Amino acid sequence: MAQLQVRPLAEENFPEKTGGNWKKYFTFNTDHKVIGIQYLVTSFIFFLIGGALATGVRIELATPDVDFVSRELYNQLFTIHATVMIFLWIVPAGTGAFGNYLLPLLLGCNDMAFPRLNAIAFWMIPPGGLLLMGSFFINEGAAASGWTSYPPLSLVNGKSGEFIWILSILVLGTSSILGAINFLTTIIKMRTPGMKFNNMPLFCWAMFAASILILVSTPVLAGALILLSFDLLAGTSFFNPSGGGDPVVYQHMFWFYSHPAVYIMILPVFGTISEILPVHARKPIFGYLAIAYSSLAISFLGLIVWAHHMFTSGTPAWLRMFFMIATMVIAVPTGIKVFSWLATLWGGKLRLNSAMLFAMGFISMFVIGGLSGVMVASVPFDIHVHDTYFVVAHLHYVLFGGSVFGLYASIYHWFPKMTGRMINETWGRIHFVLTLVGFNLCFLPMHYLGLMGMPRRVAEYDPQFATINTICSIGSYILAVSTIPFVINAVVCWRSGEKAPANPWNGLTLEWTLSSPPPEHNFPTPPVLKTGPYDYGTLDKRGSKKRPISQLRASDILSN
Amino acid sequence: MQGSTVNSEQVIAVSQDGHGGHLEDHPDHRIFGLFMFFVAESFIFLGLFAAYLTFRAVTPAWPPEGTPELELLLPGVNSIILISSSFVIHKAEEAIKENDVKGVQLWFAITAAMGALFLVGQGYEYAHLEFGLTTNLFASTFYVLTGFHGLHVTFGLLLIGAVLWRSRKEGHYSADSKFGIEAAELYWHFVDVIWIILFILLYLL
Amino acid sequence: MLGGIALTLFCLWFSQNNHLLPVPASANAGAIDSLFNAMLTIALGLFVLVQGVLIYAGIRFRKRPGDETDGPPIRGNIPLEILWTSIPAVLVLGIALYSFEIYSEMGGLDPMASGGTMVAHNHGSHGGMAIAATMGEDSAADALMDLDSKGKALAYGVGAGRDEAASADLDVDVMGLQYAWIFTYPDTGIVSGELHVPVDKAVQLNIKAQDVLHAFWIPQFRLKQDAIPGQQTSLRFKPTVTGRYPIVCAELCGAYHGAMRAEVVVDSPEDYDTWQASMVAAVDPANKVTLAAATEDFQALNPKTMSDRDFLEPYGSEMGVTSQSFQGLPHHHLH
Ligand code: HEA
Ligand code: HEA
Ligand code: CUA
Ligand SMILES: [Cu+2]
Repeated sequence: MAQLQVRPLAEENFPEKTGGNWKKYFTFNTDHKVIGIQYLVTSFIFFLIGGALATGVRIELATPDVDFVSRELYNQLFTIHATVMIFLWIVPAGTGAFGNYLLPLLLGCNDMAFPRLNAIAFWMIPPGGLLLMGSFFINEGAAASGWTSYPPLSLVNGKSGEFIWILSILVLGTSSILGAINFLTTIIKMRTPGMKFNNMPLFCWAMFAASILILVSTPVLAGALILLSFDLLAGTSFFNPSGGGDPVVYQHMFWFYSHPAVYIMILPVFGTISEILPVHARKPIFGYLAIAYSSLAISFLGLIVWAHHMFTSGTPAWLRMFFMIATMVIAVPTGIKVFSWLATLWGGKLRLNSAMLFAMGFISMFVIGGLSGVMVASVPFDIHVHDTYFVVAHLHYVLFGGSVFGLYASIYHWFPKMTGRMINETWGRIHFVLTLVGFNLCFLPMHYLGLMGMPRRVAEYDPQFATINTICSIGSYILAVSTIPFVINAVVCWRSGEKAPANPWNGLTLEWTLSSPPPEHNFPTPPVLKTGPYDYGTLDKRGSKKRPISQLRASDILSN
Repeated sequence: MQGSTVNSEQVIAVSQDGHGGHLEDHPDHRIFGLFMFFVAESFIFLGLFAAYLTFRAVTPAWPPEGTPELELLLPGVNSIILISSSFVIHKAEEAIKENDVKGVQLWFAITAAMGALFLVGQGYEYAHLEFGLTTNLFASTFYVLTGFHGLHVTFGLLLIGAVLWRSRKEGHYSADSKFGIEAAELYWHFVDVIWIILFILLYLL
Repeated sequence: MLGGIALTLFCLWFSQNNHLLPVPASANAGAIDSLFNAMLTIALGLFVLVQGVLIYAGIRFRKRPGDETDGPPIRGNIPLEILWTSIPAVLVLGIALYSFEIYSEMGGLDPMASGGTMVAHNHGSHGGMAIAATMGEDSAADALMDLDSKGKALAYGVGAGRDEAASADLDVDVMGLQYAWIFTYPDTGIVSGELHVPVDKAVQLNIKAQDVLHAFWIPQFRLKQDAIPGQQTSLRFKPTVTGRYPIVCAELCGAYHGAMRAEVVVDSPEDYDTWQASMVAAVDPANKVTLAAATEDFQALNPKTMSDRDFLEPYGSEMGVTSQSFQGLPHHHLH
């Protein structure tokens, strides 16, 4: 472990160390750091719940027959699995947890622009989540029409489960919009003096791009769900063909949100990866501007490709062609990021600790998912694989191999900052290996299943697929087990790990100039930058001699 | 591999001013946040408008045959009331610049009355329409769109009411502290603009 | 360098000789397979490149014990960045053009023409009727049975290929309902739960749904199209290999979505004629099975009120319909 070389900035300014007071995490606290950790822990608990539901799905699919749960329950399991993973884990963890925790620290301000709004946004998550979980216990059971909830099916399945699902998504969506308002205002208005858009850390760029997407796309989902609930409860027929409505309109509105949503889920992780790699590779990020602007390009393109989820639906041919080409173009800005990350690693002094391993695992797994994404974007090919396990494989490679790997990397990277304790590296590596093996065992064979003819969302399937499904299920059990060392490691080290120095990784972004965990009001005065966020291995400011960053002091990063 | 896309001087921004001034008292960004909120709100309405236009496009006859004609007189008068109330509420903004809280109260009260009149007019129209929520697709979109807008008007009335309530306290609002007044006014304008689009879509097109 | 060439060759070999797809049994399947192989080649190449760099960097550039220095402060390299922006751009453009080409060849760009003929011969009676202005609760059920009465002129899906005649050799109406496919042959009046088509003939399916969304998928034909209540979609194909292939419902349609399977039988011309003759003979002209009757009978068999076994037993015999109509509905074999 690196020695403590950067002095915590003016510790004497903050005599009251805030650590130890765990009760504040259960209150309406307006400190962005508390809220960030509230988001992280809450969403991780939902990850475990969503994972437990997925494990139920995999137990059912271990054999071709319907033997573990009923068909009705099976549909509820994967519907709520996906809803929990997306709306209660990746979105709140990526934007809510890291966005809240890191943005003010990286931008050099004391809190978010609207701290109380921030707390309100967080406190919408637990009720939204509990509502959703509660729907399992009502008579008709939870929503069972998939996370896409296409009508007319969603109108004829159990009404109460479906309505609770809608209500819960509306609550969670509102929370997400309130968060985005906060992020955008903070990024645009509250950067510390001297920090321009073009030298703010890349995570801020990523959050900027993701927040724009939240702001313009989530409301459209709300609109769709309002209409859907009228159909469900009031007997209108917006999406119900028996009254003259059109179910395809729902699909357009849903995907107008849910395609951008996948970038809402991946952009913050792109951001944290861009922060983590330079620190542990000891090199400046390669192609800063290209990475920054590619986030904007992705968020713009992300808004105009939604109908690639509807290639076999009622969409005219020219629309299919337009959406195919627009979708494929997203490979270009994403490729820029991937290659820039690789170039950042090239020639560095890589510290292969848990954070770095997960970050490299992220690149590796995400690229597989991205490549299969470009394949399904091809209309003639997608006509074959749409709604098959090929798509299930794609979405887990980008969402688990991408977002979850990236979130794990971020947790390992900022654990010392958040908790003031170091996390155990050996167990971190064990966690990494188990996750990597289990993940690939579980999801790689699904590509083949889909190509060969296994549709998704089925509880029973052709016996010729039995062997491969068993392999997938074994992989998922390993994946489930892999979370155990992590949870134990995190809990034990949070309580009694080795005390963390202010800057254990010798990072150059502003959060490392503060004590671990940072004091309640972050910076006593607006920090004035002396180095850029990625100036690893550069000349000393005075231009005299090249000095490794590991010998820098806080006063070298800040100039006050 | 020695080129550089980012000028390092640009990245290493060294600013020597900006010292002092505790971060606690950062400038007020609430109006900015409010505009962000309007962006989000606009997109709900945009989504609903787009849905309306799509329904219109894919249905053979629009409004479906047999839908009773919409009366234009009452909604027309109603629109004029709502749109002129935007000018009235703007008077309040001018008043507070002069620190004239009484003026604010007056203009806000008139706006609220006009808003309430609009809602009553809307309710009257609902009560006398010959179609119901589930009659056909046009009827459903009509009620949901106007109803959702009416909800916004109601919320705007509550905001105005809140400002009126708070303005009773001496010195709560002044030329330098007028966020509540501005916010209520901006919100009111926003709701007005939505109504104009809605009116064109539903009644005129 | 040599290793690079070997790897490239391996990627090429693997992607051209993979057995990742079921047998291609329709005229357009081969084209889609070559598209897949081409994309797989590119994807494998990029995959190997990225993984190679990661693994190489992980070994070669890992921090040595005791080395606390930083790496070289390289911030970018414009030519390199232009390179890795333009190569993917060219690649995806290539893939897009290739996909476009194949899509138009298989008739994806022209489903409307075929939809037009379909509307013509199926909608004569009530085309153009608008939705009833006041639709009470009870008339909703009638509307369900009468969805095509909206008379939409458009059909989505895959139509006649570029050099094919506008009208197909055989038209079949496909109705998806919870949880079965019912095939009606408008020319002969045959109603069946199994799709029989003659080999090497152009077949046009006009797909509708009774209740919720379904999707008609034959993996061996590489074709899929949603069945949408209230709208018509179509699929046009030419089967090339005789045999039995599964028809899979690929859109979540309720609890028994996974059991909603049927079979398509690609017959030799003789077999097809035999089948057709036997089916026509089985249809008692006095008591002709209509699509409406068949669906009604089927719906009487509501799976929600039945045990799994009852449901999964071949439905045919218990229903008032001729047993052939529903033969082989729940088959569990892929080829
Ligand atoms: C984090 C989430 C995430 C991300 C980032 C992506 C990224 C992409 N997705 Fe994916 N997608 C989902 C989540 C995500 N997706 C989900 C959840 C579904 C299923 C929803 C459902 O039905 O339930 C889905 C479904 C889905 C479909 C619909 C499939 C179907 O239902 O039939 C399509 C079709 O176009 C698609 C395409 C893409 C593309 C082109 C990308 C691109 O952004 C990928 C870009 C990345 C790369 C290409 C790799 C790196 C680039 C290079 C190494 C450069 C060189 C590359 C080339 C030249 C190709 N996705
Ligand atoms: C971020 C998103 C995300 C994540 C992380 C995951 C994670 C997993 N997913 Fe899921 N999945 C989706 C998003 C995600 N999924 C989506 C969007 C769909 C589409 C749904 C639809 O069709 O509508 C889907 C669908 C889906 C299917 C297809 C179902 C079907 O079509 O019939 C399958 C099947 O294998 C599956 C499996 C898994 C598995 C094994 C994991 C594993 O990674 C999970 C690992 C497990 C854990 C990490 C938890 C382990 C802990 C315990 C078991 C003990 C804890 C116990 C308690 C707390 C009580 N998922
Ligand atoms: Cu029919 Cu799934
Ligand atoms: Cu998408």
